[in-house]
Amino acid sequence: MSRATLLVLADGRFPAGGHAHSGGAEAAVAAGRVTGAADLAEFCRGRLHTSGLVAAALAAAAALGTDPLQLDEAADARTPSAALRTAARKLGRQMMRAARATWPSAELDALASARPRGAHQPVVLGLAARSAGLGPEDAAYVAAYESVSGPATAVVRLLSLDPFDATAVLARLAPDLDRVAADAAECARRVPEEGVDALPASSAPLLDIGAEAHAAWAVRLFAS
Amino acid sequence: MGAGAARRLDRRVSVPVDTGLRAAARIRAEADGRGISRLPVLEGEGPLAVRRIRGAAGQARVALVGAMSAPLGGDRLTVTAEAGPGARLDVTSTAATLALPGRPKGPAHYDVRLSVEEDAELNWAPEQLISAYGSELRVTTRAEVGAGARLLLREEQVLGRAGEQPGTLTSRLTVRCEGRLLLDQELACGPGAPGGWDGPAGLAGHRAIGQLVLVRPELGQHPVRARMLGELAAVTPLAGPGLLVTAVAPDALRLRRVLDEAVGVVGG
Amino acid sequence: MHLDHSHASDGPAALSADAVRPDGRRRALRIGLGGPVGSGKTATVAALCRALRDELSLAVVTNDIYTREDAAFLLREAVLPPERIMAVETGACPHTAIRDDISANLEAVEDLETVFAHEGVGPLDLVLVESGGDNLTATFSRGLVDAQLFVIDVAGGDDIPRKGGPGVTTADLLVVNKTDLAPYVGSDLQRMARDAKEQRAELPVVFQSLRSPAGVSEVAAWVRERHAAWTAA
Repeated sequence: MSRATLLVLADGRFPAGGHAHSGGAEAAVAAGRVTGAADLAEFCRGRLHTSGLVAAALAAAAALGTDPLQLDEAADARTPSAALRTAARKLGRQMMRAARATWPSAELDALASARPRGAHQPVVLGLAARSAGLGPEDAAYVAAYESVSGPATAVVRLLSLDPFDATAVLARLAPDLDRVAADAAECARRVPEEGVDALPASSAPLLDIGAEAHAAWAVRLFAS
Repeated sequence: MGAGAARRLDRRVSVPVDTGLRAAARIRAEADGRGISRLPVLEGEGPLAVRRIRGAAGQARVALVGAMSAPLGGDRLTVTAEAGPGARLDVTSTAATLALPGRPKGPAHYDVRLSVEEDAELNWAPEQLISAYGSELRVTTRAEVGAGARLLLREEQVLGRAGEQPGTLTSRLTVRCEGRLLLDQELACGPGAPGGWDGPAGLAGHRAIGQLVLVRPELGQHPVRARMLGELAAVTPLAGPGLLVTAVAPDALRLRRVLDEAVGVVGG
Repeated sequence: MHLDHSHASDGPAALSADAVRPDGRRRALRIGLGGPVGSGKTATVAALCRALRDELSLAVVTNDIYTREDAAFLLREAVLPPERIMAVETGACPHTAIRDDISANLEAVEDLETVFAHEGVGPLDLVLVESGGDNLTATFSRGLVDAQLFVIDVAGGDDIPRKGGPGVTTADLLVVNKTDLAPYVGSDLQRMARDAKEQRAELPVVFQSLRSPAGVSEVAAWVRERHAAWTAA
């Protein structure tokens, strides 16, 4: 694997639509559950160990070559919120465009044809990593990191939070990120033997509830 | 009476001190062809006593009776409820299930296996599961729903008895429709659960969590519209013939209120 | 709108602003409208729709700061039927969505093209992409639009053309809007024209007042020319 390739894929400026999504932070801010850096840290930690872990495992499994359509179905079942399924497919479609432009591959083309409206983003991300010559750990790291970097940048905009504080939150999550990426890759390696049920399905109730509340707003800054 | 005392009173189940108790309950309803659902299998043991109670016309109705406080650490309890083709089964419980710390170290396991065969209907709505301080419980609920079948599944978890810190509770709920995975959801709370479980993404201090799953063949073609029920509960269509209500609340009473309201809204 | 998996036979979707769609047809001309907050972008879009909707099959993509405000304005004004207007959510960064990460806008434009290509009313000729009100530095990526116009107004200060910036300097058409207000805000139109010429060399500039009888006609003529050149290419 190329460490430099990993940096390109993990770059927050990778043009795959992430900037328009807050990862549930806009809803949490509006509900008064996130008011500063300390809440942001707990929010990110909770998201990382739930939807972040699930995303990382799906991405790792896709990077290992598990059938992406089977993973897409597994992602649907692990994403009970309809608003979050919509957001995941929207982002998956955007990731697909960027991935096909940067690391073209027949596998990406096949998934793009099978899911023209977008597959779940972590699945596309994992397949993009695979096309880029990256491995399951790499894919898991990118997905896990995205699960917290998105909310952190969003909260900087939503609360005018000091960007240094937000970045410090991410830095302090590094040990958790390491563990989640390792767990995710380990689960993904069990899929050939045990099927997609080996992938985690961790959930965070207020992320699911908040996503539906947010989707119903008439006016919002972020798409999710 | 403490849990230990209650345990000694039960003669039917042997309780090896080191490994905890194993107990199973089995319920199977079958349609008799004249619109009546019978209960050819109705078995329970130890903490999992079962009793037939009066149900709606033609329906078989069963209550899980809290014969003693369980599960304790090390215990393995399994409940199987099946509605055979065309049968209508309703399962409830007479009291909340209380997870308590036990002498053998290690978690207790509570497995629920639900099977709703072709054109059958199963309502699974036991009372709350309360995770007492110091307890460690792993709950798995698996439901298999056949063609044309209908399922209502309600789960409520309460973290800690009144004013008490929670125990450690993990649960995994999977629902399959005609073999295809409809819902797979894990939840982990309490001491030892991954970080942030009680933070602004998780429970934010709420101590009661509930899920209501509804599987209806018609929901495949006409999914329910996603909507909020107050600030802390949402109805959402699943990616298939079902819907899910997720709710958090400060306590069990308020949780039940919102789930009851949800049943009214989505037409349980 | 019918956007399901049934279009899979077209093969995988386009990547960027390829002139030819996956189904082999030449796609619609895409024109971006940028400019600072309040300069009259949405009013210009509305006027262009009224001027061109009888001769061209049109659609509009808006990039609002708050989800659907501009789209809602266009709907209220009834300049186009609702199925021809789509809003893109920009996460508080409208310039990112038209320049650095254009994926959401490309998808909106392609979805509109696909719907009209499949629904019998005939393919789109022109898609207008309106940016969210931002600042003088926001420009459209060439990966998103074929041409862009930048709208400023006289009330924003007559020194804007002199200050330059990517929008003023490089847009294919600079529109100086609300000329009717110049006497009231003390803006010197001649000076603006001189400064613009200096910044833009041969690139065209239009001075317009949407309240005058001529209204948007000069800009509409420029769009027509662009469209003729696009279809001839």
